[in-house]
Amino acid sequence: MSNASETSRALVVERVFPHPPQKLWRALTDGSLLAQWLLNNDFEPVVGRRFQFRREPMPNWNGVIDCEVFVVEPFKQLSYSWVAMGLETVVRWTLTPADGGTQLRMEQSGFGPDREANYKGAKYGWQSFFNVLERTLTDLD
Amino acid sequence: MATLNPNPVFRALADPTRRAIFQQLSRHGEQTVHGLTRHAGVSQPAVSKHLTVLKRAKLVRHRRDGRETHYRAQPEALAPMVDWLNLYGAFWRDRFDRLENLLGRMDP
Repeated sequence: MSNASETSRALVVERVFPHPPQKLWRALTDGSLLAQWLLNNDFEPVVGRRFQFRREPMPNWNGVIDCEVFVVEPFKQLSYSWVAMGLETVVRWTLTPADGGTQLRMEQSGFGPDREANYKGAKYGWQSFFNVLERTLTDLD
Repeated sequence: MATLNPNPVFRALADPTRRAIFQQLSRHGEQTVHGLTRHAGVSQPAVSKHLTVLKRAKLVRHRRDGRETHYRAQPEALAPMVDWLNLYGAFWRDRFDRLENLLGRMDP
């Protein structure tokens, strides 16, 4: 998190879980556990490791999320790239001991123009993003 | 975080031709109406009309150079839309619920 404008284009979800950081870390880094709550994957907590999450395919998207592990700091921090629908974002998990448990923070950043790759050169980037957005908005009706 | 009105941005980008123009400018940088018309598949007056809507949403800026007007994308203007989308971080909240559930079932 380097500056305010970047922060404003990040999606943040936080929650305190009544469990120790070690347990949360397992849920975040053990591929089979991860699959039980996030998405099917071939994740391994190794920096530089390329892996994929897979969602159910949609008409304009095969459901594949391409990732690369950036940071593995056991029980504290985990981050990886998250390239979906041509949009390249970064997902960062932060674990902080909290009263009676652990605060888990998920920050997904890079939606905004702070990342040139999002709107330059990405072959199907914005088009597929907007296609998905349109369908999402239609589904909300 | 101040929440700006995303309506003009959504409205501007709801049209496929305007999206194509915005994309074209985002990818290839500054261009004239002539240049844009070549790619747009619609007439030059139509492109100009679309550019006006994009300008109103601040998605596009222009500068005059002699008789030519050059347009370029202002992707920063997408920010209100991104902010709006943030309100719907439904995917992650749903996943946090599932995580909570899993943690309850896991060995300590």
